[in-house]
Amino acid sequence: MLSRTADNLYWIARYMERADIAARLLEVGSRISLLPSAHGYRSEWDSLLQASGTADGFAHKYGDPVQRNIESYLFFDRDNPSSVASCITAARENARIVRTALTSQVWDALNTAFQELRQLERTPRSELELSRLTDWVMRHAAMVRGAIDATLLRNDGYNFLNIGFYLERGDNTARLMDVKYYVLLPSVDFVGSGLDNYQWTTLLRAMGAQRAFHWAYGGEVTAAKIADFLILNPQSPRSLITCVAGVNNHLSRLAKAYGRVTRAQGKAAAILDELETTTVDAIVDEGLHEFLTRFIGESADLGTLIHESYLSGDVR
Amino acid sequence: MTVYFNEMYQDGLVRPPYLRLEDWMKTMPSEFRQMKQAEAEALFRRIGITFAVYGEGGDPDRLIPFDMFPRVFTGQEWARLERGIKQRARALNAFLADVYGRGEIVKAGRIPARLVYQNEAYEKAVVGFVPPKGVYSHIVGIDLVRTGPDEFFVLEDNCRTPSGVSYMLENREIMMRMFPDLFRENRIQPVDSYSDRLRRTLASVAPMKCKGDPCIVILTPGHFNSAYYEHSFLADLMGVELVEGQDLFVEGEFVYMRTTEGPRRVDVIYRRIDDAFIDPLCFRPDSMLGVPGLMDVYRSGGVSICSAPGAGVADDKAVYTFVPEMVRFYLGEEPILQNVPTWQCGKADDLKYVLEKLPELVVKEVHGSGGYGMLVGPKSTAEQIESFRVKILKDPGNYIAQPTLALSTTPTFVAEGIAPRHVDLRPYCLVGEQIDLVPGGLTRVALKEGSLVVNSSQGGGVKDTWVLAE
Repeated sequence: MLSRTADNLYWIARYMERADIAARLLEVGSRISLLPSAHGYRSEWDSLLQASGTADGFAHKYGDPVQRNIESYLFFDRDNPSSVASCITAARENARIVRTALTSQVWDALNTAFQELRQLERTPRSELELSRLTDWVMRHAAMVRGAIDATLLRNDGYNFLNIGFYLERGDNTARLMDVKYYVLLPSVDFVGSGLDNYQWTTLLRAMGAQRAFHWAYGGEVTAAKIADFLILNPQSPRSLITCVAGVNNHLSRLAKAYGRVTRAQGKAAAILDELETTTVDAIVDEGLHEFLTRFIGESADLGTLIHESYLSGDVR
Repeated sequence: MTVYFNEMYQDGLVRPPYLRLEDWMKTMPSEFRQMKQAEAEALFRRIGITFAVYGEGGDPDRLIPFDMFPRVFTGQEWARLERGIKQRARALNAFLADVYGRGEIVKAGRIPARLVYQNEAYEKAVVGFVPPKGVYSHIVGIDLVRTGPDEFFVLEDNCRTPSGVSYMLENREIMMRMFPDLFRENRIQPVDSYSDRLRRTLASVAPMKCKGDPCIVILTPGHFNSAYYEHSFLADLMGVELVEGQDLFVEGEFVYMRTTEGPRRVDVIYRRIDDAFIDPLCFRPDSMLGVPGLMDVYRSGGVSICSAPGAGVADDKAVYTFVPEMVRFYLGEEPILQNVPTWQCGKADDLKYVLEKLPELVVKEVHGSGGYGMLVGPKSTAEQIESFRVKILKDPGNYIAQPTLALSTTPTFVAEGIAPRHVDLRPYCLVGEQIDLVPGGLTRVALKEGSLVVNSSQGGGVKDTWVLAE
């Protein structure tokens, strides 16, 4: 397929996943803010902006992090390239360009999300509950995902879409965990405190994984269990290992279909291999924050290799 | 007062092609009609057929209005039209082959040299080069209007990249989905083979150096173009890649597209961009749309470009006047389809006449399109006419004038019920190894009462166009 088409498909998936994450982040924020304030320490909402990598843009436009403004910024603001509105618009625009590489159901799902978004934008904010907005995003992200799974031909385009989804999702899981561990907690003294546990639970809830976690682990919520669940457990749909295995699987399919192995396959296999052989203890020893930072870097490198190997149009 | 030919009723009687539609129309409850209209609109929006209008701003996802009342031709009426359309498409191609070759028609004094060789659309870069099968214009869109039972006039020819064929196909799909009974009761010839025939036509003009199955692509300016939907729609129907200039590159004597598996050679390019944007090395150096070096590959037989660069010289509004002459000159036949009498404001006598009769005439820019920059005398105020007079006087050569034609009407659904509205017709004639025409075309309808302007940019809509089987 055309490299440009593959690139568009890859970005449709990344943008939809990113919109989904933005909504989940908002949910984390609104739940955490229901807690009694963290006593003059850094604002929870601010750390959300840090997590989504949009703190500078926000400060520039609005100044102090006020909940209402943050909601607007993360959901509706077109100046924020990672807002839900920006992501859904970009996903739909990419889909319009490669309309013929999609089934009508997939197009329908993306186009419907976009048309409804425009209605939401016309609705007075006082009539829009935050929970309604976040539910709305997750529902549409799931509809797009479902339409792709149910109707799309299992060809190279399908692989590029999935690579986009998994890469973005892994990156975001790592970032969300990092926020929790490194940014949210006011100081190391709080590790293991009620606040600590509450935040972990909120994080799980945002990922829609709270019940799954309890089924899998039972008992108390601890940082080690959560790290295991979100990093190393292949049953968890958002764990790093699940996401890397997903990218690896679809890269292998491409290599087979094209009869050609690129550096991207080697990189994905190496990251997966490390996750399969490491333990939670080893990760804690390295330091969760250090581990996650390293993972985010590796994931970005993998993205670059995928771009060079398939999407840039300079393939020889 | 002008009497317009109504294609459904004549002398108080229903004309034969519309016989079965009368019942359909009379027995349709208005709630049902509104429901169907809403359904059609939802379908169009869902499929994503929209039409963005240049320079109008507003909603880029605007829908072109679809009128559910079909426009119908008998097989007999169509047979004559078909002969005329094919004849004209042959003559236009013969003309192009001639003016980029020996220029016999000019030497014979049948058309002024100035009109051809000094025409903006004349491409010196392709003089002497003969494209595969000698075909220059592979898709000829001929705009027709009807003024009586047997009277058809050609309004203009489109030899470059006529658009709108996706509406012809989608209008039919939607009608069949919404009103299957109509298609059981009427014997309507199908149009859905168009994409196969287009593919066959393009494959038949593969370049010399192509061995085996040619790789065909559609070249689009990109998704901001108002016809982008159509480009992607046709690519999908034909199963070919839709490329932009950035997806193609020239290496050695061939053109390649950039794919996820590496470069792939391209043999036939159905381009939907203007000549000026094909190759920045050959035409406009500032163009970001084209492919550097493409013209060299083209001229050395490494790739076919459809329509051929330079084909536009045949559909210029000043050259139009001479098309009947082309039919006689190249084919030795009498033209089956008539031209509308046309006055060239560049000629002193014609200009004088035009300025005298301005309130009765339609005046157009020679290079204009889309219904912009034109004057419809009888529908204009005295002020509008006077300000147009000033424009003509400033640059007479830039204008032509025609009598205001009594365009036929067909019944159309409007807010008050059903009323006659003016229509035109654009069939799409395919020219390759063979010459081919699907029985149908795009009917455009002026939805405003009394309006004669059918362009979608000026409030026009579209209809399904039926040709009945004999």
